[in-house]
Amino acid sequence: MVTQSVTPPSFGDERASQRLAPGFLLANRYLIQEVIGSGGMGSVYRARDMHFPNVPRLVAVKEMINTSPDPLVRQTIVQNFEREANILATLNHPSIPKIYDYFSFENRSYLILEYIHGKDLEAIINETPGFLPEEQVLHWAIQLCDVLAYLHNHKPDPIIFRDMKPSNIMINLSGDVVLVDFGIARTFQVGQKGTMIGTEGYSPPEQYRGEATPLADIYALGATLHHALTRRDPRLEPPFSFSERPIRKINPSVSPELEAVINTALEYEPSKRYQSAEAMKEALLNVARKTGALSRLPTAATISSSAIKPLWTFKCEDEIRASPILYQGKVFIGSYDYNLYALDAINGSFVWKYPTEGGVVTRPAVYENEIFFGSEDGNLYVLNVRTGKLLWTYSTNGPVRSSPRIAEELVVFGSDDHRLYVLSIPHSRALWTFSAADAIRSTPLIAQERIYVGCESGDFYCLDLRGELKWRQQARRAITASPILVGQALYFPSLDGILYAMEARTGWMLWRFRMAKGSITTPANAENLIFVGSADGHLYAVDIRTGREAWRFRTEHQVSGSPTVYKDAVYFGSADGMFYCLDARNGRLRWQFQTGGPITSAPLIYDDIVYIGSADHILYALLA
Amino acid sequence: MFNFLRKWFSRKTPEAEVETRPLSPEEIRVSHQMAPLPRREIGQLVAACSQSIGRQRELNEDSLLAFTSTIAGNKSNSAFGLYIVADGMGGHQFGEVASNLAVRVVASTILRKLFTSFLDVNPKAPDQSLREIIEQAFAEAQRVIQREAPGSGTTLTVAVVIEQQVTVGHVGDSRAYLLHPGGHHEVMTRDHSLVKRLEELGHITPEEAASYPNRNVLYRAVGQGDSVDADIYTFSLAPTDYLMLCSDGLWGVVPDEKIARIVRESATLEQACQRLVDAANEAGGPDNISVILVRWVG
Repeated sequence: MVTQSVTPPSFGDERASQRLAPGFLLANRYLIQEVIGSGGMGSVYRARDMHFPNVPRLVAVKEMINTSPDPLVRQTIVQNFEREANILATLNHPSIPKIYDYFSFENRSYLILEYIHGKDLEAIINETPGFLPEEQVLHWAIQLCDVLAYLHNHKPDPIIFRDMKPSNIMINLSGDVVLVDFGIARTFQVGQKGTMIGTEGYSPPEQYRGEATPLADIYALGATLHHALTRRDPRLEPPFSFSERPIRKINPSVSPELEAVINTALEYEPSKRYQSAEAMKEALLNVARKTGALSRLPTAATISSSAIKPLWTFKCEDEIRASPILYQGKVFIGSYDYNLYALDAINGSFVWKYPTEGGVVTRPAVYENEIFFGSEDGNLYVLNVRTGKLLWTYSTNGPVRSSPRIAEELVVFGSDDHRLYVLSIPHSRALWTFSAADAIRSTPLIAQERIYVGCESGDFYCLDLRGELKWRQQARRAITASPILVGQALYFPSLDGILYAMEARTGWMLWRFRMAKGSITTPANAENLIFVGSADGHLYAVDIRTGREAWRFRTEHQVSGSPTVYKDAVYFGSADGMFYCLDARNGRLRWQFQTGGPITSAPLIYDDIVYIGSADHILYALLA
Repeated sequence: MFNFLRKWFSRKTPEAEVETRPLSPEEIRVSHQMAPLPRREIGQLVAACSQSIGRQRELNEDSLLAFTSTIAGNKSNSAFGLYIVADGMGGHQFGEVASNLAVRVVASTILRKLFTSFLDVNPKAPDQSLREIIEQAFAEAQRVIQREAPGSGTTLTVAVVIEQQVTVGHVGDSRAYLLHPGGHHEVMTRDHSLVKRLEELGHITPEEAASYPNRNVLYRAVGQGDSVDADIYTFSLAPTDYLMLCSDGLWGVVPDEKIARIVRESATLEQACQRLVDAANEAGGPDNISVILVRWVG
């Protein structure tokens, strides 16, 4: 913990309770802007951190003025303040503000915290005409359970927040919750009785008896949700009288399911409440699944897309509909301007380009310093990956929109001439071709000595490496997307609006998941979820074991760009021009980035950098 | 291996023998482990099953079915298996009728829709998904039970295995397990019992659940209620895994760890099934016991 000298306040002891004035430079670093809250012991200010002179970095300054004449009390107060600092310093969670600094001067102590842009929930409740929508409250409730679970599972000792209430919950600009004021949070030792502390109305009966356990936070969360849904402030009501104010009697639009969850959290007997924040979250998720609330979540004001600056951009002469690849420090991307470009991955500078006679919409593939890609002029091109010089070409009788895949010295791709081509790379010639019922625009998948590929006729083929058809399945409309293999099952969507799950050896359908409209996106997988975009504007997450929807995320237009999973997030673009990054587990928006045209291609993500092309002719490199 | 080590060390000096660390129970167990089945040219399923009335019931209300097939030839090789455990509800009339009807109706529905596709001259996958076919089979079982044995009910756990992909349909508190090498296991089904629900809701702890008085009260059973809503899951079966289906006469009596150990330490699947049933009976055999074990080899 860094201790710094504080510039002495410009007032004497008798006025020690006075607030810092705007313009005051605290500790030679934090320029006080205004008071954003005040309590019995001091104020909270918004200040600008002057160590970052070129960017307006804002911090919250929490002040504690110790005016007690009793030295023992003074010491206790300072210890409490230090405890808040120490607790915060050990925590790392998106719903908990970060602590940057802590210091004391004479009778004043200061915590420098992450500034949360937003509003506290109490203000939101009071300023909203009528009731807050159930799905909104549910969304926050689930996040609050998440952060409580994080605190309660803290090692070595659980942390009890002890003061859950609307005024301690900030809603940031993304619409997500942040818990503020850890002033009375404390680590919990089993069996230890504490003192009554908290806020009357929100605190459970046992907290009045001096007990503070994780179950007390569950109760207070129930009280907070009750307040948020009914607008009845529990501080103005007799204690523990929630059961006399049934939620649905005051606000009939709340579902009975959500009411039941809140009632359980508010049980008088701790043993009848949810026994953990995780159990309560599970119950809330069940409500969300039942009422479909999660898919109707109001799109909160999000991190403004203008805040994200690309690392670099590269402008082609026409739309980018293809997906990039990265190889030896270079990014390779095809454009509708007929060229394949090689760019420096670090700064986006031009290295070489190769002109074809048609639009390049395929993602290239590299094999031993040779780069393969198809063009709408009907050719597969093979270039030297370093120089961009042509090595050989292979002609088909239709545009090549299916991206080449390489395995075991074979390059496999489809053409609009209805054929699937399997070429020997060492011999630069076809080993065999397979005649499909219609154009092949799907990128073949090579796995377990089989080639899997979709067709515009709606057929889906499984061939062995000699070209023998092993099985065939049929969707009602075209299969333009490419399959992925997870375990022993294949997953791919069709323009018929169905995501298919098939046993890979036999082609037997395991389940189908129906979307409102067709899909041409290649799915992505993370843990137990399959992600797929749809022309109905959603990105869906489907449970791989049950074939049921886990969550969906709504964009403003068709999702034709394939999603990509990187770490714990799923990335994809939409025809609304926006590029999205979502939390893969729950579909929460992390950030979005506006491009100048529809996005129809898949991103490439490598080393925390996202490369994504847009119909605005630009390839963007963004920080993931 | 243990004996081999002993022989080896007996030739060493006494000092060296003193330094020898005794084998841990885990290491000893390795030597007893069920021998890996030999690698075969064609992938296939192997299965065994066992059943017992137990020691305290006068009636066997459990039913099971195990159907394993392989078709191999020039065109393609395919493994297909259908495994069912049903436990008729005690305290209801005709519990044994319900479990028997459920097994027969589900098996005939699934075999008619799925297995005949295998036998077709031009093999083509069915145009319905497994999920849909299993849903239909459960609905059909529900209808037949309500007609033939009204008032009764049964648990029903069905595993359709195609090559290495398992799809389970499930209602009630019989279970499907995946037993992995190294002793860990996963319960692949969710009990539709009151006690499990209370546990899921956090009202009681797993320890309390184990001794909860009304442990056998189901909130979902085939034959009960207006319609049946089966849980359907699909997952893959690794060559090192065992798929186990069983009624609560086994899992409610023999701890999961012991089940996993018995399976690992048995020489064959048949022996493992018999030992599991024996273990349940030795623990008192309070209920009917059914168990099916399946492996994929290839």
